[in-house]
Amino acid sequence: MSQKTTSSGAGYVARRDVLKTLGLTGAAFVLGTSASNAASVLGTFATPDALPAPVELTPYVIIERTGKITLMNTRPEIGQGTFQSIPALIAEELGVTLDQVTIRQTGGQKAFGWAQFAGGSMSVRTDYLPMRKVGASAREMLVQAAANTWNVPASECTVANARVLHKASNRSLGYGELAEAAAKLPVPTDPKLKDPNDFVILGKDARRPDVPAKSSGKAQFGIDMSVPGMVYASIERSPVFGSKVVSFDDAKTKQIKGVRQVLKAERVLESRRFEGVAVVADTYWAALQGRKALQVRWDHQGHDAFSSAQYEQHLRDLAKTDGLVDHSVGDFAKAIAEAPVQLEAFYETPVVSHSPMEPMNCLVSWTAPDAVEIWTSSQVPGGIKSQLAGEFKISPDNVTVHITFNGGGFGRRLYPDYVLETAHIAKAVGKPVKAIWTREDDTQLGPFRPMTFSAMRAGMSADGKPLAFQHKVISPSLDATLGKPHDGKKVDKTMTEGIGEQKYELPNLESRYVYAESHIPMAAWRAVTSTTLAFAHEGFLDELAHKAGKDPMHYRLSLLTKDSDAKRVLTKLREVSNWDKPLPVGKGRGVAQWEFFAGLAGQVVEVAKQADGSVKVEKVYCVIDLGTVVNPDMVRAQIEGAICMGLVAATKDGITFANGQAQQANFDTNRMLRINEMPKVEVHILADGGPTIKGVGEPGLPPLAPALANAIFAATGKRLRRLPMNLEKIA
Amino acid sequence: MPLASRSYSYGLRDLTVAFAFTISVKLVVTSVICIPVYRSIHETFVPVSFCPKRKAVPISQSPLLQLRIHHHLVNPTTVATYNLKVNGKIRRVDVDPATPLLWVLRDHLDLSGTKYGCGVAQCGACTVHLDGTAVRSCQLPVSVVGKGAVTTIEGLAATAGSASLHPVQKAWLDHDVAQCGYCQAGQIMSAASLLNTTPNPSDADIEAAMSSNICRCGTYLRIKDAIKSAAKK
Repeated sequence: MSQKTTSSGAGYVARRDVLKTLGLTGAAFVLGTSASNAASVLGTFATPDALPAPVELTPYVIIERTGKITLMNTRPEIGQGTFQSIPALIAEELGVTLDQVTIRQTGGQKAFGWAQFAGGSMSVRTDYLPMRKVGASAREMLVQAAANTWNVPASECTVANARVLHKASNRSLGYGELAEAAAKLPVPTDPKLKDPNDFVILGKDARRPDVPAKSSGKAQFGIDMSVPGMVYASIERSPVFGSKVVSFDDAKTKQIKGVRQVLKAERVLESRRFEGVAVVADTYWAALQGRKALQVRWDHQGHDAFSSAQYEQHLRDLAKTDGLVDHSVGDFAKAIAEAPVQLEAFYETPVVSHSPMEPMNCLVSWTAPDAVEIWTSSQVPGGIKSQLAGEFKISPDNVTVHITFNGGGFGRRLYPDYVLETAHIAKAVGKPVKAIWTREDDTQLGPFRPMTFSAMRAGMSADGKPLAFQHKVISPSLDATLGKPHDGKKVDKTMTEGIGEQKYELPNLESRYVYAESHIPMAAWRAVTSTTLAFAHEGFLDELAHKAGKDPMHYRLSLLTKDSDAKRVLTKLREVSNWDKPLPVGKGRGVAQWEFFAGLAGQVVEVAKQADGSVKVEKVYCVIDLGTVVNPDMVRAQIEGAICMGLVAATKDGITFANGQAQQANFDTNRMLRINEMPKVEVHILADGGPTIKGVGEPGLPPLAPALANAIFAATGKRLRRLPMNLEKIA
Repeated sequence: MPLASRSYSYGLRDLTVAFAFTISVKLVVTSVICIPVYRSIHETFVPVSFCPKRKAVPISQSPLLQLRIHHHLVNPTTVATYNLKVNGKIRRVDVDPATPLLWVLRDHLDLSGTKYGCGVAQCGACTVHLDGTAVRSCQLPVSVVGKGAVTTIEGLAATAGSASLHPVQKAWLDHDVAQCGYCQAGQIMSAASLLNTTPNPSDADIEAAMSSNICRCGTYLRIKDAIKSAAKK
């Protein structure tokens, strides 16, 4: 079977002698070898079709004799900018600019370690030092090679623009000329890192190297990949989760010109399996028409009785049970019983979809009965390798993964269910298969962001001081919905995420978790459960402030007497949003902040009441605490995006179920924010150089919904405790 | 055991909601246009962005297209030859007449810059130009393209006499607009179409023309800025 790209180059094996390792960081680089197949980043997306074979090496830097430099990016590009930020860490120390290098995406090879994924806002904060050390080690070897050539001390040499310079004698050598000699030198175990004051790339606004390709139609996403002999698949699955195929009638399907085969399919999502019927055809359009003509008889296993309305009532009923203690400070029960002022509120949030603009898709080619090659958009190249190896009982080394640009991820592409499903079809068909989900598939088949309901209780003194605070979460368990056995004696910590991390000095604080079973598959979603829990937690805190007759910002700050990042964020937010300057009548502002595994951000949302009873979101101020920033402009872009996504989750349709199936299917019923609804955004970054580095991609989401609800209360006097909020009908 | 019924809204749908433009007949746009006014594909398309409600219309409620689809299903082996004018070249394809231009571009002409996002003209990822005006190629059957000149993102720069970048693309680079980038070809095609007819668009013009294009990464503020700076040049 001929392939578009060749498999890993045997030529590299012969060049093992020039490969060097760096033991300390697990990082290394390749010098003097040829990465002849590396495509220009401005042309086709560079797929790692010819990576060095040795598994014990981690070659992030390839320098060829011609001077061509290739840097490896282990973090899939899903829009968050790792195609710039990760290579920038290497380039800064190496002494090259990003327009001098080719960037290639790794595909889960052992050589690059376990951390080849994009998730948890982890890329930059995890790679910040290791990738700088990779670049610094390479630089020191190149400098030493030049110093040896000129017979001068290495300390007299400097680097710039991929050259080593000896200013005293006005000599210089390019990295390509030095590569072979450098490769023979020992690898520094503790390379000297640059002083951040000398940074030329890091900490400064920098253009993304993927933008030119993404603005000219040249960037390749998973859906764009093809190999000779490839056929297309569209898969009919029951919109009711857990249905079994009883039978199917493909007589009409087979009349469609181009339809080749109709076969049973199986979608493997973590520990759950969903049946389907795949229509395989010469063109995607034919596969789709064939699918439309297909008649499938399903046994819904009783799940077609499921409805959101009933399930929501079930959660409300469960809220009356105690559940399990998640986090406890002091004695809540005693304190609430004695508190002179008591407050209770119930907050509700919906299931929502990820809806990346690129629907799920995958291209699979079996090159041998036990060897497979994958081209896809994914956040988890390593996960694809291990899951395929497990599913098909083959060696992970026989799974070659090409990660393209991702047309959005948001957590959806942490789950390679669409890869496994396509691999099964391709194996049965005996040809390379590209499967493309329709938007309707993508919207209706999950996995979804889980819903959480929150029962809030607080006790206050007569002058409004909090004496007791309880946040009880009632929700399905993300893990359990993906098939992991649920231990009823343990709290699923994903479902109480962040509650215990808030820095407010709340005495007698308690969080609890009440488990609710669900067969609807739920998953990580940008900022996961923090996006729903923050709505309840920060909304209720606002209620306390108003009950106490205090300004919500001042009230929060009064609960942060000790120095903390949260206090610094809120203090900065108060200043930049002109919080203490009153707004005109009919306008209102609300504040919220949230600290969780991914990082910390706070927001002030300004809204204006409209004559028709609707509310317009006018402006959002965001302060994000990072410690260290790599590309401030990209951070601003991520916050703009998080605010947009947060607004969709807070104010648009969400996913609801009736008769077992999602009632939303496409963007007409599962509406997204459009350009005319986007508020102004002002971003402030707290980055004083560390020592900790916090995440960027997710922290912009959790504060949005509570800050918006708090702003609506300020503008209209209406307290909204259920998402989504319908901004069309507020007042 | 019940036989599951599942309605599809992908594929061909009500053109009155689907299409974005007046091609040869200029219309005064009002919400009234959202009731069917389709006469001929080369006469009247309706701007999605001006429709007060983006209600998806099932195939079954679109009489004209139902006819086409019905015909298609009854004669599933139909293949016709089309000589399409794409990016200045005549390209011959032998395809089912109902195939949307989107899939002809992507799967038959190897022009994958035009993206599939929703299939029902709700997201704009598939936007191309037909005679210089933005249309949603996911809803444009190849059979009605006729002699119209199709421009895709790959051919946009040439329409501005550039070998590399159209002024809109240049502005996209200057503002570092793209995040995941998947919707951006469609965004750029919509923006270029807007500037063809409205060289100095107001905020309201931009919002009206660009609200047919969804960006899930939330690059809207940069899109607006980029269009304004492209307009100045």
